[in-house]
Amino acid sequence: MSASEVTAAVERTNTLAAEPVARAAPPAQPAMPDHPAPAPAAGLASPTSILLGSLGFGILFLLAWQFLPPALGVPSYIIPTVTDLAREFGRMVQRENLMVHVVSTVTIASAGFVIGSLLGAALGYVLGMSVFIEKVLSPYILGLQIAPKVAFAPLFIMWLGYNAWPKLVVTILVVFFPILVNVLQSMKTVDRDLINLARAYSMSRMQIFWKIEVPASMPALMAGLRIGATLAVIGVTVGELVGGNTGLGYLITFGEGQANTAMVFNAIVLLTLVGIVLYAVVAAIEARVLHYIPRAMR
Amino acid sequence: MLKTASVLELIGVTKRFTAPDGVSALTAIERVSLEVRAGEFVAVVGPSGCGKSTILNLVAGLDRPSEGRILLNSIPVEGPNPTVGFMLQKDLLLPWRKIVHNVEFGLEARAISRAERRERALRELQRCRLQDFAESYPYQLSGGMRQRAALARTLAIEPAIVLLDEPFSALDAQTKLILQKSFARTIASSAITTLLITHDLMEAVIMSDRILVMSERPGQIIEEIPVDLPDRDDPMARISAARAREYVDHLLASLHLQEKAA
Repeated sequence: MSASEVTAAVERTNTLAAEPVARAAPPAQPAMPDHPAPAPAAGLASPTSILLGSLGFGILFLLAWQFLPPALGVPSYIIPTVTDLAREFGRMVQRENLMVHVVSTVTIASAGFVIGSLLGAALGYVLGMSVFIEKVLSPYILGLQIAPKVAFAPLFIMWLGYNAWPKLVVTILVVFFPILVNVLQSMKTVDRDLINLARAYSMSRMQIFWKIEVPASMPALMAGLRIGATLAVIGVTVGELVGGNTGLGYLITFGEGQANTAMVFNAIVLLTLVGIVLYAVVAAIEARVLHYIPRAMR
Repeated sequence: MLKTASVLELIGVTKRFTAPDGVSALTAIERVSLEVRAGEFVAVVGPSGCGKSTILNLVAGLDRPSEGRILLNSIPVEGPNPTVGFMLQKDLLLPWRKIVHNVEFGLEARAISRAERRERALRELQRCRLQDFAESYPYQLSGGMRQRAALARTLAIEPAIVLLDEPFSALDAQTKLILQKSFARTIASSAITTLLITHDLMEAVIMSDRILVMSERPGQIIEEIPVDLPDRDDPMARISAARAREYVDHLLASLHLQEKAA
């Protein structure tokens, strides 16, 4: 999938979401058509009409949300209307220190994402350089990869206390593996002929690493970062749900305790927005890093 | 032909590979002896799997012979050697580098300044008529241009010998002709010593001074054919010469291709 397409799609959803209640499309879905930007094929609508279509659908969806549940007699503590959500949002900003929670979640998600990515990529490269270590560790890596990382959250709380650390550690752990696996896989599949070419030019092992293997792994690393960006939000949310008294995940449990459905909805929407922004940043970085890959092939 | 110094010599070279089971061995080439003299263009033809590419890996120093000796300018080949340039069917351009930086690639293991490296790369691009594409990325070039860029990268290290392993076989018929001519011109004008490995009999005839015919595995050299045709720098002129056809017929007979097709 083209990175810039995703960026565009994310930007589109962002404009849609001027009203924070707007339903944001999950960005990781590969439902986006894989066509290069100008799609001359018959039967495909122009970009403008697609944009108008998306906007129209969003407005229709919000209208349905606003008017359908009351019309069907669903009480607002089950499904609050869009205006209920907006009112609650205003109250959360004024009374619940919403911005503090948002900043906390964004900070931990970003920090966990960056640290987890660095650690995952670093170990991926180390294991990729050493077949022996890779073979020794591979069953354990596979096991840890399969283990549900978020289930470790209560453990980290017991170990580290009710503060930011357990949330950060869960996020790091969740982000770590997909990036490790992607980098390792790409290191194993670097074109042998390219390595031989470098060897024939008398390049050292480190030169081969920096000049061939690292750049060749960039597409896989970027794909791992995309996955990591969405997982980071899940990691931080679980951390906040389980322990602590800050963050959007905490607001979900807090809202639940007060039977404040609107607060839960608002927190979910904000978490989604955080994920979209993180993903868009990664997509923008990817578009810069992988500029040498023609659009249609990406 | 005037006897000049030999650049490359293989003396009774045998290469055996151990099968994955670790016991049985596969003999890729057996007692191969050949010689390439300075400025000469030698082609090696043979059936697929006859060990042509094994020869290339041995000469490039990427692999060691099981028996025999390989001499480059009378010095035994012990490992990767900066005086050998090789080119494969794949252009092996690094997609993340501009063409000029791809051409510089082979020079980066050497102690020369960045400025000199660039200067040499630009000179090679000029020689391969790609100077206008120095700042392009590989994906922006056609298949034929990419192979020319790969030749520029190969020549930039100023190799004593250039090994070409089926460099044109991934190209369409017309691009192939144009590229053969382009390569022949560049190679002849700089008197570059070349060993071409190919399965294309006509290509061997129209590009080389001498053809070595290899047998099926284990590969051995079964015939040596000097190509006594003019215009080595212009394969397009040779291809229309009636005698080129005779050489190809001769090669067809040596390789028993008619019998195999029957």
